[in-house]
Amino acid sequence: MLEVKNLHVTVDDREILKGLDLELPKGQVHAIMGPNGSGKSTLAYVLAGKEGYEVTAGSIHWNGDDLLAMDPSERAASGVFLAFQYPMEIPGVATMTFLRTATNAVRKARGEGELSTPDFLRLLKQKAVALKIDPEMLRRPLNVGFSGGEKKRNEILQMALLDPSLCILDETDSGLDIDAVRIVAEGVNALRSKERAMLVITHYQRLLNYIVPDRVHVLSDGRIARSGGPELALELEETGYAEFGEAAA
Amino acid sequence: MPAVQETVARVREIDVDKYKYGFVTDIDSIRAPKGLSEEVVRFISAKKNEPAWLLDWRLEAYRRWLTMQEPTWANVHYPKIDFQELYYYSAPKSTEGPKSLAEVDPELLATYAKLGIPLKEQEVLAGVKGAPRVAVDAVFDSVSVVTTFKEELAKAGVIFCSISEAVQNHPELVRKYLGSVVPITDNFYATLNSAVFSDGSFVYVPEGVRCPMELSTYFRINAEQTGQFERTLIIADKGAYVSYLEGCTAPMRDENQLHAAVVELVALDNAEIKYSTVQNWYPGDKEGKGGIYNFVTKRGDCRGHRSKISWTQVETGSAITWKYPSCILRGDGSRGEFYSIAISNGYQQVDSGTKMIHLGRDTSSRIISKGIAAGHSNNTYRGLVSAHRRAANARNFTNCDSLLIGDKCGAHTVPYIEAKNASATFEHEATTSKISDDQLFYCLSRGLSAEEAVALIVNGFVRDVLQHLPMEFMAETQKLISISLEGSVG
Repeated sequence: MLEVKNLHVTVDDREILKGLDLELPKGQVHAIMGPNGSGKSTLAYVLAGKEGYEVTAGSIHWNGDDLLAMDPSERAASGVFLAFQYPMEIPGVATMTFLRTATNAVRKARGEGELSTPDFLRLLKQKAVALKIDPEMLRRPLNVGFSGGEKKRNEILQMALLDPSLCILDETDSGLDIDAVRIVAEGVNALRSKERAMLVITHYQRLLNYIVPDRVHVLSDGRIARSGGPELALELEETGYAEFGEAAA
Repeated sequence: MPAVQETVARVREIDVDKYKYGFVTDIDSIRAPKGLSEEVVRFISAKKNEPAWLLDWRLEAYRRWLTMQEPTWANVHYPKIDFQELYYYSAPKSTEGPKSLAEVDPELLATYAKLGIPLKEQEVLAGVKGAPRVAVDAVFDSVSVVTTFKEELAKAGVIFCSISEAVQNHPELVRKYLGSVVPITDNFYATLNSAVFSDGSFVYVPEGVRCPMELSTYFRINAEQTGQFERTLIIADKGAYVSYLEGCTAPMRDENQLHAAVVELVALDNAEIKYSTVQNWYPGDKEGKGGIYNFVTKRGDCRGHRSKISWTQVETGSAITWKYPSCILRGDGSRGEFYSIAISNGYQQVDSGTKMIHLGRDTSSRIISKGIAAGHSNNTYRGLVSAHRRAANARNFTNCDSLLIGDKCGAHTVPYIEAKNASATFEHEATTSKISDDQLFYCLSRGLSAEEAVALIVNGFVRDVLQHLPMEFMAETQKLISISLEGSVG
């Protein structure tokens, strides 16, 4: 269970989250929707532990552990995974090398023992095929020159390899055409399980046609303004975020 | 706190004292009297039982040196060196001239074992399974203590020994080539070296022979207040090939120690020399105290047509590095290459690069330089590419990339380009980048520690150059890079 209580977060002296409360039980998928600037990405970064996001009040617990007391790599080891809206490029580092380094770092921290190269390659191949990832892509430097779709599929591939228990997807559909959205969503759906919680952050309802959430929360001005079932997303598609402080597009 | 601030905070705590080769070997030494004089030059020459021509050569260099000024154009700063406060010769008492392995002082063998250098012929490099055998010449302070695999190399006709031995056993070769690439008048430090050089390696690969194993020299400075002035001479005769690796370490001492080596390479027609260096001299402590002053002249002469000389260097140590391994592309169709990784941390200063002098027709050269600066260090690439009038169709490609870690360090690029032949094609690319907080966070969020993340990013940055190192040294170099950057991020 993810429990966020009265979370206040300041970035560059500006308060972005203003008392956010959220409960996400294991086995469920919740969507966070909201207008631009409502604090969606801030929430994602604070959960993953990015520097420069100052928590001035409130708490975040994951399965009882105090996430705010952990650094980002400890959070990764304890099962937190953020699929980035803008994955970073690392020139000269083959994607495969990065994936193996990350997988083994997390496995080691969890006391699972590192995978041998052949075992890792077998696992990688199996996960990559499911996401329709060209093996050639894995030999290229991490995210360098990747298309938008390749970058997002690579994020989901990492999610599959690192075997997280709390998945946060930040605008995973942005910049993707409909076929790419479908592939990514299938990848995510394959990871849904009773043991895993997922937080899907998105501006548009489109992604939620493919990843159907158990609950939808609307984030507005740093707080959860409304919560409901999947039908809330459809309603927002009709009405826009006008009632939450953003002019209809 | 933001990662940049934390990086800075951590950089202040850098513990360069983690240098793992900083121990001192307790061994009796014979030294020349302190300071530099004609008598000291004669002392060194007499110790080595040198012929008269070599003593005259040294004395000429010494007299020339007296008239020269220390160069000041490099981007490095240090207190004036008192050349009369140094010892110019120090040799372990037990090792008057190289011997067979069985006779080497056990204390010395233990020292090299501790450094991971295999001096027993059945051993291979520490920690590298299935590595090919490597012949090693071990130079301790001013003398070569042992050279391995000599007999086996001799069967192939390859001469690999200390330069002192070569002076005794192959005087005609030494006399023909010594100073033919770096003349005694070349520069302040090369001239000093010519006067007082003590030992170093000598390699001759005869016509048409491909040297059957990697050759390697391992330099160790041990004695205090002692300069190391080694001299290396490698000759690849027509159609020959040799790959040579040089490694260096020194104990941690509070005073600065001077290392002024000269390396000369000669490649005749169709010959190829590949020269790799992993330089890990003591860099000084976290305050910048102590460390080696590394003022080295390295030059290769592609004397023959279609000859090739390739320099690969990994520079992680020394308080100051002043070093420009160069190629003179004299033969038509000859090729020079320079691949460099220079890492500076703490208060290290690096001014390094290369010169590619195109003299012959259809000559080509390639320069790939990767500078990484962390802590309070300064890292300068200085390079010259020149094409002379006869150098029709000379081609050069240069790529200099700098990576900054933290905000107290500096990276500088100083390229000189001269083309006196209109058909020359020179390309130059340069970039400077920083490891961004976003890149670090991305890696951390995937479970990597900050140090693993930096090592990964840096290894990616230097990949183009790493590929040019002999296979068996790649893994070690990757490890060395991680150690050199330890504590550079929070």
